[in-house]
Amino acid sequence: MSFSRETDHGTPPVLATGKSVTLTIDGQSVTLPEGTSIMRAASLLGGSIPKLCATDNVESFGSCRLCLVEVEGRNGYPASCTTPVAEGMVVRTQTDRLKQLRRGVMELYISDHPLDCLTCGANGDCELQDQAGAVGLRDVRYGYDGATNMGQAKDQSNPYFDFDPSKCIVCSRCVRACEEVQGTFALTIENKGFESKVSPSQGEDFLGSECVSCGACVQACPTASLIEKKVVESGTPDRAVVTTCAYCGVGCTFRAEMRGEELVRMVPWKDGKANRGHSCVKGRFAWGYAQHQDRILNPMIRASVDQPWREVSWEEAIAHTASEFRRIQAKYGTRSIGGITSSRCTNEETFLVQKLIRQGFGNNNVDTCARVCHSPTGYGLSQTFGTSAGTQDFDSVMQADVILVIGANPTDGHPVFASRMKKRLRQGAKLIVIDPRRTDLVQSPHIAAEHHLPLRPGTNVAMLTAIAHVVVTEKLYDEAFIRERCDWDEFMDWAEFVSEAARSPEAIAPLTGVKADDVRAAARLYATGGNGAIYYGLGVTEHSQGSSTVMSIANLAMATGNVGREGVGVNPLRGQNNVQGACDMGSFPHEFSGYRHVSDDATRSLFERTWGVALDAEPGLRIPNMLDAATDGTFKGLFVQGEDILQSDPNTHHVAAGLAAMECVVVQDLFLNETANYAHIFLPGSTFLEKDGTFTNAERRIQRVRKVMAPLNGYADWEIVQLVANAMGLAWTYDHPSQIMDEIAALTPTFAGVSYDRLEAEGSLQWPANDAAPDGTPTMHRDGFVRGKGKFVVTDYVPTDEKTGPRFPLLLTTGRILSHYNVGAQTRRTANTAWHPEDRLEMHPSDADNRGLKDGDWVTLRSRAGETTLRALITERVAPGVVYTTFHHPETQANVITTDYSDWATNCPEYKVTAVQVMASNGPSDWQQDYAEQARNSRRIAPLEAAE
Amino acid sequence: MSRVFVSRDMASVALGADDVARAFAAAGCQVVRTGSRGLFNIEPLVEVETEEGRIGFGPVGPADVAAVLDGSHANRLGRIEDLPFFAGQQRFTFARCGIIDPVDLNDYAAHGGWLGLEKARALAPQQVVDAVKASGLRGRGGAGFPTGIKWQTVLDAPAGDKFIVCNADEGDSGTFADRMLMEGDPYCLIEGMAIAAHAVGAGHGYIYIRSEYPFCVATMRAAIEASAHLVAPFVLEVREGAGAYVCGEETALLDSIEGKRGQVRAKPPLPALQGLFGRPTVINNVLSLAAVPFILSEGAEAYAAVGFGRSRGTMPVQLAGNVRHGGLYEIGFGITLGELVNEIGGGTASGRPVRAVQVGGPLGAYFPPSMFHLPFDYEAFAQAGGLIGHAGITVFDDSVDMAHMARFAMEFCAAESCGKCTPCRIGSTRGVEIMDRIIAERDITAPVRPEPVEGRARASTSSARTEGGYLGKALYSRAPDRIDVSIEAQTNLLRDLADTMKYGSLCALGGFTPYPVLSALDHFPEDFGASAPVKEAAE
Repeated sequence: MSFSRETDHGTPPVLATGKSVTLTIDGQSVTLPEGTSIMRAASLLGGSIPKLCATDNVESFGSCRLCLVEVEGRNGYPASCTTPVAEGMVVRTQTDRLKQLRRGVMELYISDHPLDCLTCGANGDCELQDQAGAVGLRDVRYGYDGATNMGQAKDQSNPYFDFDPSKCIVCSRCVRACEEVQGTFALTIENKGFESKVSPSQGEDFLGSECVSCGACVQACPTASLIEKKVVESGTPDRAVVTTCAYCGVGCTFRAEMRGEELVRMVPWKDGKANRGHSCVKGRFAWGYAQHQDRILNPMIRASVDQPWREVSWEEAIAHTASEFRRIQAKYGTRSIGGITSSRCTNEETFLVQKLIRQGFGNNNVDTCARVCHSPTGYGLSQTFGTSAGTQDFDSVMQADVILVIGANPTDGHPVFASRMKKRLRQGAKLIVIDPRRTDLVQSPHIAAEHHLPLRPGTNVAMLTAIAHVVVTEKLYDEAFIRERCDWDEFMDWAEFVSEAARSPEAIAPLTGVKADDVRAAARLYATGGNGAIYYGLGVTEHSQGSSTVMSIANLAMATGNVGREGVGVNPLRGQNNVQGACDMGSFPHEFSGYRHVSDDATRSLFERTWGVALDAEPGLRIPNMLDAATDGTFKGLFVQGEDILQSDPNTHHVAAGLAAMECVVVQDLFLNETANYAHIFLPGSTFLEKDGTFTNAERRIQRVRKVMAPLNGYADWEIVQLVANAMGLAWTYDHPSQIMDEIAALTPTFAGVSYDRLEAEGSLQWPANDAAPDGTPTMHRDGFVRGKGKFVVTDYVPTDEKTGPRFPLLLTTGRILSHYNVGAQTRRTANTAWHPEDRLEMHPSDADNRGLKDGDWVTLRSRAGETTLRALITERVAPGVVYTTFHHPETQANVITTDYSDWATNCPEYKVTAVQVMASNGPSDWQQDYAEQARNSRRIAPLEAAE
Repeated sequence: MSRVFVSRDMASVALGADDVARAFAAAGCQVVRTGSRGLFNIEPLVEVETEEGRIGFGPVGPADVAAVLDGSHANRLGRIEDLPFFAGQQRFTFARCGIIDPVDLNDYAAHGGWLGLEKARALAPQQVVDAVKASGLRGRGGAGFPTGIKWQTVLDAPAGDKFIVCNADEGDSGTFADRMLMEGDPYCLIEGMAIAAHAVGAGHGYIYIRSEYPFCVATMRAAIEASAHLVAPFVLEVREGAGAYVCGEETALLDSIEGKRGQVRAKPPLPALQGLFGRPTVINNVLSLAAVPFILSEGAEAYAAVGFGRSRGTMPVQLAGNVRHGGLYEIGFGITLGELVNEIGGGTASGRPVRAVQVGGPLGAYFPPSMFHLPFDYEAFAQAGGLIGHAGITVFDDSVDMAHMARFAMEFCAAESCGKCTPCRIGSTRGVEIMDRIIAERDITAPVRPEPVEGRARASTSSARTEGGYLGKALYSRAPDRIDVSIEAQTNLLRDLADTMKYGSLCALGGFTPYPVLSALDHFPEDFGASAPVKEAAE
């Protein structure tokens, strides 16, 4: 693929009304949907009308006046971007008169624009330059001695892009992109007339403004006024490769624009169905970690974790890995080792790791980080609906009338989807937020939640049951849907359960701390406001009743008939780029790919026939069980690919003890992460830029990851796994990940129709994709639930054992922030630290006052599991009695605080509820100091011995 | 105790009417504050109620109470309606203005108020729209679009929230008819809006008044409150502008009401279909809406019976500038420009010959007396390269420098441009610079107008303007080595720029600025350093 910008039709496609009109443009007849602009019509015909203020990801604006055309029978020269096509219309886009007018407009533009094209960062990639050429401007008769906006200071405050007002043509594309695409409203035009100027917030610089650095403005800018620093530094790209972002579960697709082997910029791919041409600060800008100096490029081994690392050849490292695992199994038994797949690696890599374990290790000791995030989703939705995945595609939100967000903070965690959601909310959909914190969605520009129910952490089930109580007792349920799609008797049992007075909003108000009237109003709105769509995140799953909460949500959606069509559904916002895929690929100890239990003989024999070995019919160990077994002395070896369990899993002390008890910990990662401090073998990993494969996002969409540059470490991750497998005696012969996908398709009914050829042709596929659903499945459970009848499950509220008391009077809940991703291994190695250099503890002013704490003070955060120190952020975002922090920085190690309580069904840790105390502090905790020292020691790499 | 009438109109107050009113009240008179009659050289005007009717005295001062009351005052005018300035008028819209107490509901009802609304309510919405169509009423804000057709579009739009918006952002220099009506007869506008609401099915109305009209805002708010029960369920409210001329453009006005930056929207979509808050909206000028009660109460035929060609009914013409009888003159279309300026207006206030008049506000064309035969008619003015606009006529005597007036037009556009579209945003500033070059070059090369004008230093204005100007920087430094600054080259450039602005601009601000510029250039080339017009030379 060589470099050219994606075609820009100038105005967005119109929503199909079914009506079309036929018109003539420059003698060519064309039939198009009603409402299409003349500009888009001409572009679709292959023509191009000059334009500057129009771009097809924002609505037409009509300001540049370059796109004027002639329409027979109409006076003047209408702008083609703002004039819709009409039946029988005869349009001329190229006449002498139009040339004259366009040249006149361009002469004005250039009279206030620097003529430094040759040294400009956008040289060769500038629409103003292109259009000046297109209209044939040869002379600027106004001269350059008049008034000018040139010579203004550049704003270089943003770490990723510069704003040069001197090169601004005031087309407002950036302002409109910020409003329409991103929905942040950070930009405006200040002043008027000739002095009109793009301004972040109220005359602030970009970094200090409300700008979230999503880059939509940079993408929209037709000149060098808003331009990536990297482009200024490296020059314009010469080729582009479409690939999928490796951050969150939204799964944005990008054009990786390259100059040789150097990545110059990431531009969201307009045809990407998950992101529709948008991105966030992480995906677009925060990819510098791929070349960060901390990256480990050579394999390393050591005999014990107190020794420094020794760099070795790949051959030695692989052989050592195989021999260590075999040694341990010989000594402690087949089930004494296991592995963890990565939700950040590709489907193919994940599939190979679980295959290595089942086929090569001979046991089912495989687990994945979904254990600690969305395992309750898998369990809860499969119990009630029959599949372990969300029911909708992202586009569905544009047809929702009522959006219920519970335990999710999409503007930080899933920002690109949040922008879609906010767009729908601005169109008039109603919003209900159930969250202990006042997230941005509750109140932000042009967005306001109809109801915010700020419940006490840990009371989700009580709250959702109370909502169900209102739906049932006020007869707001959808009887026809339930009778047709669910089991009526089960519904009646459930209805009787939720109807009990003890489950009314009034009865549970003392538990949740939310006024009963608000709960009733929210329930009525969800049940009767049209298409009701529920979106949820880890605030639902990471509780001792995580699975119950997921089932409560499913109950509610079924009771109100909000499943099985567009605009409704139950939608988990999945955390990592490929957490859906990792689960699909058989990463859980009890399931093969496609969620089939290992005890199922038919499935197991299918795999046995294909892999040529007998497979264990007993489910293996989950991550916490592996760690328990390690401290008990029965589990001795672990292969961890792309996962930092020490930092991300709860109760760090327990994790550390488990790891320390093992004889061989193999970590495959980009960096010496925290888990690697306990590792004996380090296998350097490759980035998503360096390999082929697929990721599956939160809407079950399988998308291609394409290699844009050679792996700096020498091998793609799937190749490394294959080397280990073969060293352990397996005879794998994959030459390309497409062959792995073929194997997945052959072994997994829901993936039967998936192949690289089809992904190439169609861009993406949403599973199930098979003979029953040849085009994939954007909306699930359309004609009936996957399990047959939808199942209502009685979900009794059981308070967590984690309780506040005199020693630990506050409740800690944890979460994420926009600029960082998960444990921060990637984002902390980018300029994203400009926005969030450290984790802070959010605390309500009244709690702070009681403790004499001020904003920015160092505080000790202590639970029964441990303590750490960090700085306080005093804010009313959290309710009194609740504190909140993020876990992006290893210096903080928020998970030292979290406990080992977990979901009753899936062991998903209860990250969201920990009883804590907070007090003033004057420095890091002992643990922090010890750990820092240990980490420093553990990361030593022995200098290479001089060659003799 | 005598009953006297003194105007509370802003112009009258500026001339001292409040002091006069206080003096009469102090003398024990019952003072009724009215709107203005509309002739300002007789303000402050006091009318004394007598058996022969209301006898006017004006102008009078606070010291003149006794002389007025005993009838001996030198400025005794007799019955106002008998004065020549008033006798010839056809006051359809301004029938009550200056006569009644503006906010007295009884006074309004006693003078025919609410009859139109009553009749409208007895009709089906379509019949009301038909009546407005039949009257031939066209948009009085300047565009001249048939009001009935606009209403029809809104009536035909799918049901749901619809709005009536009154454009009372009267920003054209030299115009004051909207203000006079809102201060002098606010119920007339309210009645017109209520009729419109009935006709199209609207429930809510907004009156967008420029903030420079505090009396209007106060009067309208008081009138809205007092008449709320009469127009219910229709609800009205006033929104104040924030000083931007461009917010008089209908779509920028809608954005401004919505709380946004007042910027012009591209059309389509038409406001009639997607207007305020995206809903079908009737947006009309004050004078259009205020003409409607007459049309309904007296009949569309009565309204359409006067007028000229396709311009039916009356127009409240506003005479301003250097004119002897400045004021408001409502008359059927068809009267000539010359009659308005010379006969009604009485020529210049300075007594010098009229050299030019600008019709239609700052974006209207300048006409020389040789074109005074033009009938006041939308089509005739368009054909002559001008426009009627909001019917403001500004008169200039022979001391005017038309090159400076052309520069002023560009400067006005630059100052008021919203900055959205390029021709207006950059073009207006470049236009000022071109005019600076032409004026500088003209002043250097030749004294083009042989007879110097007393009392005015022509050459000084250019530099004075630029130094303290709103652009805040020197606009012009001569750079002959880089561009051709000859008058011929700059005049050609000016014409090209005018062409780009006229046909390229998004709204009438940039699109109409070429009218004053080119009309000044065409009719008064000698002020631009060129020889006199060819046709005059041929005479």
